[in-house]
Amino acid sequence: MKTFRDLFRDYRFALSFCVLCLLLILAALSIFAPYDPTLWGVVPRDLKPSWTYLLGTDSKGQDIFWQATFAVRNSLTISVIAATASRIIAILVGMVAGYRGKGADRGLMFISDSLLVIPLFLIIVLLAMLVRDRMNLVTLGLLLAFFGWAWDARVIRSLILSLREREFTQTAILSGTGTVRLVLNEYMPYATPLVFSTLINNMAWAIGLEITLAILGLINPNLPTLGTMLQSAIIHQAVLLGRWWWVLTPVILSIFLFVALYWLSVSISEYLDPRTRIQRVGGQ
Amino acid sequence: MTFIRRYLIPRLIQYVLVTFLGITAVFFIPRFLPNDPIVRTITAIQSRGATLDPATIDETVTNLKRMYGLEGSWLEQYGNFWLRLFRADFGVSFFQFPTPVSKLIGIALPWTAGLLLTTTFLNWTLGNIIGGLAGYYSRNRWSRALDAVAMVIRPLPYYIFAFALLLLLAYWVRWFPVSGGTAIGRKVAFNWPFIKDVLWHSFLPALSLTILGGAVNFQTMKLIVQNVNAENYVQYAKLGGINESRIVSKYVIRNAILPQITNLALALGQIFSGALITEIVFSYPGLGTLLYNAIVTGDYNLIMGITTISIVAITTAILVVDLLYPFWDPRIRYM
Repeated sequence: MKTFRDLFRDYRFALSFCVLCLLLILAALSIFAPYDPTLWGVVPRDLKPSWTYLLGTDSKGQDIFWQATFAVRNSLTISVIAATASRIIAILVGMVAGYRGKGADRGLMFISDSLLVIPLFLIIVLLAMLVRDRMNLVTLGLLLAFFGWAWDARVIRSLILSLREREFTQTAILSGTGTVRLVLNEYMPYATPLVFSTLINNMAWAIGLEITLAILGLINPNLPTLGTMLQSAIIHQAVLLGRWWWVLTPVILSIFLFVALYWLSVSISEYLDPRTRIQRVGGQ
Repeated sequence: MTFIRRYLIPRLIQYVLVTFLGITAVFFIPRFLPNDPIVRTITAIQSRGATLDPATIDETVTNLKRMYGLEGSWLEQYGNFWLRLFRADFGVSFFQFPTPVSKLIGIALPWTAGLLLTTTFLNWTLGNIIGGLAGYYSRNRWSRALDAVAMVIRPLPYYIFAFALLLLLAYWVRWFPVSGGTAIGRKVAFNWPFIKDVLWHSFLPALSLTILGGAVNFQTMKLIVQNVNAENYVQYAKLGGINESRIVSKYVIRNAILPQITNLALALGQIFSGALITEIVFSYPGLGTLLYNAIVTGDYNLIMGITTISIVAITTAILVVDLLYPFWDPRIRYM
């Protein structure tokens, strides 16, 4: 609780925390949605925002407000799946590479360096085309997770490398602690805050990529996400026809989401260690 | 000699391996794609009104397979792919048949390269100069204001930022053209009206790439300069009465610019994928739009050609920066 109070002194943390809470409430409202998000023509088309339809309606006859609640919920779900799964890979790779060293380290770091160097975006696009027919929240999350761990595995590896040199490691090994227990009990507490702050960054990355893939038409348009909302507004020429409420809803929601996630991560990592901020800001 | 044995050779091996793996992946992934290009081409011919009898269809299929390099087993195709790659021959495009892929890329590449190189160096230079100044005068009000702006712009993905800029400056206030590389129907010519038109159309994509990339460089440089400023030797130099401009140019900037050179190499890799998206937003006639069309139509050869070229370009750029790094940083000696 004390940590939380300290964090709240930073206006960036307080602000982004509140924005995220509002977005979460919006996502939770989807449970009470009076319409099925996959159905078309449930409300009159192309109405401006009013008291009946808070954010107006679109050319498909959907209520934009309720559509947005599903979009935020799905986008967040994808990013949480992607970020959690890629954290597991990153922790495993980083810890094995850092702790075992030698061949394992060289091999694993070669793989992660390759992922950092190759234009991943193109490869993700190609793979997304492959699984387009079976694309749902989970496949998309796992696809993104598969490519999102490289940078963070490097960060965790360098942390383990420094922990391994410290005296308590020697003491633990000499007093007969097994490798697994050493890593889980002694190293994890150091790694947890780092993992948490990379988790937030990775979530933002996943949402951004989801939007891009949706624009390229690689995500099932019946799955409401921030990306597919924006895409359907674009293909229905909402911009040219002056239906600003339809375009601006996903754009503004995603701007709020990205800025809030970024501020949260910056203020947490600054709180944990002011010196690491250079690396965090410089990174992905 | 130890430099060559300990550093140069492993680094070169890594470069070759990564490039090889990347290109191999690019060869195999499109072959899993659900679109069959041959069927697609034949349908396209038929939809133009031609009636084909089964014998003609068979013959067309064989001809198309030969032209697209789809003959034989995957292993043979893979071998041929590498052989042709060394001659910079990527085969013919499927959807703009029979234009060779290398020609399509040749047309698109100058647009992308021009936009990319200009904006990358522009945002790197501007970000570092402004960031350096803001870091040095970090107590000033304008420095804090710039920092706040960067905190909002920096996390936005390329797509959202470019789109927001497009809505604001092209649709709402109508200062700039909405899409394209030149006005519709204008012929390529090297005279002032043409160049003016190109610059006019590329202004918005360039602006979005410059601001977004510049915000990243600004933040990093500002923090580095702030940290260097707090170092003992800078404080000592100040107390020793050394001329302020000399401290900035000789001590602060030199130490701060080194990590930024590495970031330039990484930015080349990352901005490439960003620039492709930006091109799609503004329908800019570069590699990004070409790639988009290639993906939509399932054009194997074109996808492979574009991806191969970008992989080679990016890995090479990073290799060059890595190898040049010791010349900038006297602390690094690969002994």
